[in-house]
Amino acid sequence: MTDATPPIGTGPLAKREARLAWGLLFPTLAAVSLVVILPLLAVFWISFKPVTLADLRPPTPIVREDIRGDLEAPGDEATLRYRLRNSSQDQPILGVTLSDAWPEGLEAGELDPACAIADGRLDCDFGDWEGGQRVTLQIPVTASETYLAGPPATDSAPEMSGSATNVLTSFDFTVENFVRIFDGDEFWSVLGVTLFYTIFGTLGALVMGLFAAMLLNKSFKGQGILRGLYLFPYVAPVIAVAFAWILLFDPFSGSANALLLQMGVTTQAINFFGERPLALIMVTLFEIWRYFPLSFLFILARMQSIDHDMYEAADMDGASPFQKFWYLSLPQLLGILSVLFLLRFIWTFNKFDDIFLLTGGNAGTRVLTVNVYEQAFALSNIGAGAAVAVVIFCCLLLFSVFFFRVMSREEGL
Amino acid sequence: MKLLRHGYLTGPILGALWSLVVATTVAVAMSLFTGDAFRPTLWGGLIAGVALGLACLRFGGRQRLLAPLAVALALLALSAVAGIGPLEIGEGSAPLAAWTGRVATIGFTGLGLWLILEELRPGALTRHEFEEAVIRFLTGFGYIFFTAIVLIPFYVMVMTSLKNQSELMANPLDFTIDLSRGAELFRSYSELMTQYSFGRYLWTSFYVSVLTVLITLAFAIPGAYAVARLRFKGQALFSRSILLIYMVPMIVLALPIYIAFSMTGLRNTIFGIVMIYPVTTIPVALYMLQGYFRGLPAEIEEAGLMDGLSRLKVIWQITLPLSLPALASVSLYVFMIAWNEFLLAFMLLDDPSKYTLTRGIASLNSSEVPRQHLMAGSVIATVPIMVLFLGLERFMTKGLTAGSVKG
Repeated sequence: MTDATPPIGTGPLAKREARLAWGLLFPTLAAVSLVVILPLLAVFWISFKPVTLADLRPPTPIVREDIRGDLEAPGDEATLRYRLRNSSQDQPILGVTLSDAWPEGLEAGELDPACAIADGRLDCDFGDWEGGQRVTLQIPVTASETYLAGPPATDSAPEMSGSATNVLTSFDFTVENFVRIFDGDEFWSVLGVTLFYTIFGTLGALVMGLFAAMLLNKSFKGQGILRGLYLFPYVAPVIAVAFAWILLFDPFSGSANALLLQMGVTTQAINFFGERPLALIMVTLFEIWRYFPLSFLFILARMQSIDHDMYEAADMDGASPFQKFWYLSLPQLLGILSVLFLLRFIWTFNKFDDIFLLTGGNAGTRVLTVNVYEQAFALSNIGAGAAVAVVIFCCLLLFSVFFFRVMSREEGL
Repeated sequence: MKLLRHGYLTGPILGALWSLVVATTVAVAMSLFTGDAFRPTLWGGLIAGVALGLACLRFGGRQRLLAPLAVALALLALSAVAGIGPLEIGEGSAPLAAWTGRVATIGFTGLGLWLILEELRPGALTRHEFEEAVIRFLTGFGYIFFTAIVLIPFYVMVMTSLKNQSELMANPLDFTIDLSRGAELFRSYSELMTQYSFGRYLWTSFYVSVLTVLITLAFAIPGAYAVARLRFKGQALFSRSILLIYMVPMIVLALPIYIAFSMTGLRNTIFGIVMIYPVTTIPVALYMLQGYFRGLPAEIEEAGLMDGLSRLKVIWQITLPLSLPALASVSLYVFMIAWNEFLLAFMLLDDPSKYTLTRGIASLNSSEVPRQHLMAGSVIATVPIMVLFLGLERFMTKGLTAGSVKG
């Protein structure tokens, strides 16, 4: 009798299943790689390039055509003028040519040596242009009967061509962007601000979330309403609540200042979002305010799944409420707390909208993400912006290594 | 600590703290509602708290109503006649407001302490009794604190939108609205709708969000099913990379997307926005859905397979109907992300005729547009998502905890 052996390798069924899986995943994979992987590679590419906002439009030759003088009767003389220029002030264009339909019956006088008229077309070859080069082409013309019967010379649009090297696709690399962003104290202060914002924002939101979860971890009338209410800051559009905060803390017409003045806490109005250490504290508080609901929700869900018997046993042993919290609840919550901490840490690190809307990165609140925008758009240096983005991405990779360690321990992912 | 665990000490201390909390709350609330000058006082608050704290203890074995009531009335009389009380009320305030303030402060202080000090004897306390009282105090404080910090910004937002700039500058605390103005109250809203074409922004935001939800689901459902149910090489790696992608900051991607859109002419088109939004939400939806699919019993699907359905039919006829609640919460969540999205709309849309709501609000943030318009715009953006959220809160809460921690 032969022993029955389990089949070796992948059978046809397993193969079919795998094929189906890839088929189902393909659309997602394609979309994600198009919009995530490709841009990521592009960021790396751009970060090594000297690109500014202006370079996004490649240099092109530009032409304007007009006629000086009137051509009304046969024999009238005028000058046909083409004004040409390079759209870029510093980039050259190679092999610039001009081509325009030449109307029948129009006699050309002396022609520029670069140009020729043949088969009803004017063709010019200007060779290479420097950055900012301008050329004016003047052709004296005489009208005849046939010309006057047809459309005027300026009716046909002249075509120009020429090839320019686009900085984005050339093999012209530089490390200047990185030198620039790492240069000086600015980078380190930005990093310091980012870390302050991230660490305190995350911890604050966790502690507040824990507090709120303990408040609502009992059933009473109105618990659902309060739970919904406490989620408001998270659900509302960031732009709406950010502007509400700005208005509330406005130094001139803000209610917060008026209240503080009335209560006698301060004697003069405080510029909450405009002073150096205070602005950073305020944006951190905003972060805590906006994201405590999230921690609250997760902690509450975990709390409600803790086995109640344990507390009864503790009661029998005479544990006091604080002891029960410290020795029973907290260890039970440690898992979700650490996962939340890591996730929130990463997402707070990545946060852009909040600070951008509240202070625009002024008054010592510029974090790395806002710096990307600042470099790329305010200073028009896309390359430097991309370099900051690369730095962010590297930090993120570092964090996610930690994250997956903890995550696999906690959730078996 | 041991010294504190004595009724004669715990009662007054908690009483004083609670009284200050209530006085501050009432002062802030009254100021914001009436615009009059209310302020808490340190000494008045301490005196009232200590007196009420003592009165609420269990003298003679049980808590009596008479003592606290008498003390409360005495305090009320003291504050009304001599002006010594937990609340200092400005000269100009109306008698009704002043009395509401006084009664509310002392009433809530007394009521709170009555509950907080429920079981406290005047003598030495056990650790248990002491901590219970502290926890009751903290709970009361917590409810007030969280409710206040959540409500105040929204209250300011709504009320500001109903007022006008000069009123606001004159007294930033005066949020009373003149009801006799009638429909005039909503002038900012009608101006936004007529002059700033917020109606169109609202519609744009709405259909962009709905399209985002549909496209996201179309991509995420098959993907999530494959990751959750089918066995293939690289499944574990795939689950992880979903999470990793979900962590890539938008600003990092926004830069190349901006460049690509500028070069291809997709900037300033709704098509471009609808193309890009789902990709930011697909990883979230995939992650949430695969968690849910894993929780469904595989046996039902296997039964379907045995009966001759193909995999795709199983998904369509068995898995999807079973996961309707999860689909609802994912849709809601994705809708919320798309509705609230600001960064991409801000970077990619410059043409006012194509603005989404958030982009429209951002354009109101200039010194030429009065503040109440900005707030009215904020209210217009907030109300639909809030209504949707409150109506479907159950789904939302579940959806959020199902696996998304993104913000």
